[in-house]
Amino acid sequence: MRIGVVTFPGSLDDGDAARAARIAGADAVRLWHGDPDLHGVDAVVLPGGFSYGDALRCGAIARFAPVMDSIVDAARGGLPVLGICNGFQILCEAHLLPGALTRNQHLHFRNRDQFLSVESAGTAWTTSFTAGQEILIPVKNGEGCYVADERTLDQLEAEGRVVARYLRGNPNGSQRDIAAITNEAGNVVGIMPHPEHAVETLTGPSLDGLGFFTSVLRALAGPAGVNAGGHQ
Amino acid sequence: MARVVVDVMLKPEILDPQGQAVANALPRLGVNDVSSVRIGRRIEIEFAGEPDPDRAREIADKLLANPVIEDFTIHVVDDAVAEVV
Repeated sequence: MRIGVVTFPGSLDDGDAARAARIAGADAVRLWHGDPDLHGVDAVVLPGGFSYGDALRCGAIARFAPVMDSIVDAARGGLPVLGICNGFQILCEAHLLPGALTRNQHLHFRNRDQFLSVESAGTAWTTSFTAGQEILIPVKNGEGCYVADERTLDQLEAEGRVVARYLRGNPNGSQRDIAAITNEAGNVVGIMPHPEHAVETLTGPSLDGLGFFTSVLRALAGPAGVNAGGHQ
Repeated sequence: MARVVVDVMLKPEILDPQGQAVANALPRLGVNDVSSVRIGRRIEIEFAGEPDPDRAREIADKLLANPVIEDFTIHVVDDAVAEVV
């Protein structure tokens, strides 16, 4: 299985995302923001960082990168896409996910290990978890406060599309403690905290992040997979 | 030279923590009669030819503002005269 990791100018966590994919057992394929060719990958990770220096709004410029045209098309066709932190912001700007990420309510950058509750184990990126499972992964953002109108929030809740919630303290004021959401089909997931930083005991607070990457491999491998048949 | 000015503001229902931080700092300046501060962004666009408000509206809608959280207004400014439109 080939997991593509996009590098934008200003991406920071592309190396860790590729490493996490490899540790999970995938081939990590580096994708370049200026190259619309997805090189036959089976899934894509949009990594954390500050693409294009967060000019204008986080993710606003990255959305128009040549690689994003291909990713938006492929995602609508079922390609599993995981946006982490800045990647989540890009997915919202690209309208693959509803809502937006805004300045942390307390205006401080938050960098800490964060407990989450996995609310949905039904997405392409979360089948390795069980609903209600507690996990611990790092969070580090300045603009991670998820906002959407009440109707959208109610719809996300009703359709089981809140993928993870903050536990034991909301680090950014995110509405309804939302840390991760998915699209209707369950193949596109945006998450603010960083699973790719929790895949090895040497550097992470746990190995809980690995589950996101093993989930997508499972989804791609088996007929039990969730809306994840590659993009061909 | 005429420019199109786009003003982008957070929607009223979206919390503006930056504006709140500024409002909270005002008493330290001795200013105690401000009830609210909200911060937006002003963008000036110069066209190669005549200013084109419709084109500017398209730019604002697609890129300059995020309609999920922000509203925008557009007007043309002529440096030689006063503001028009």
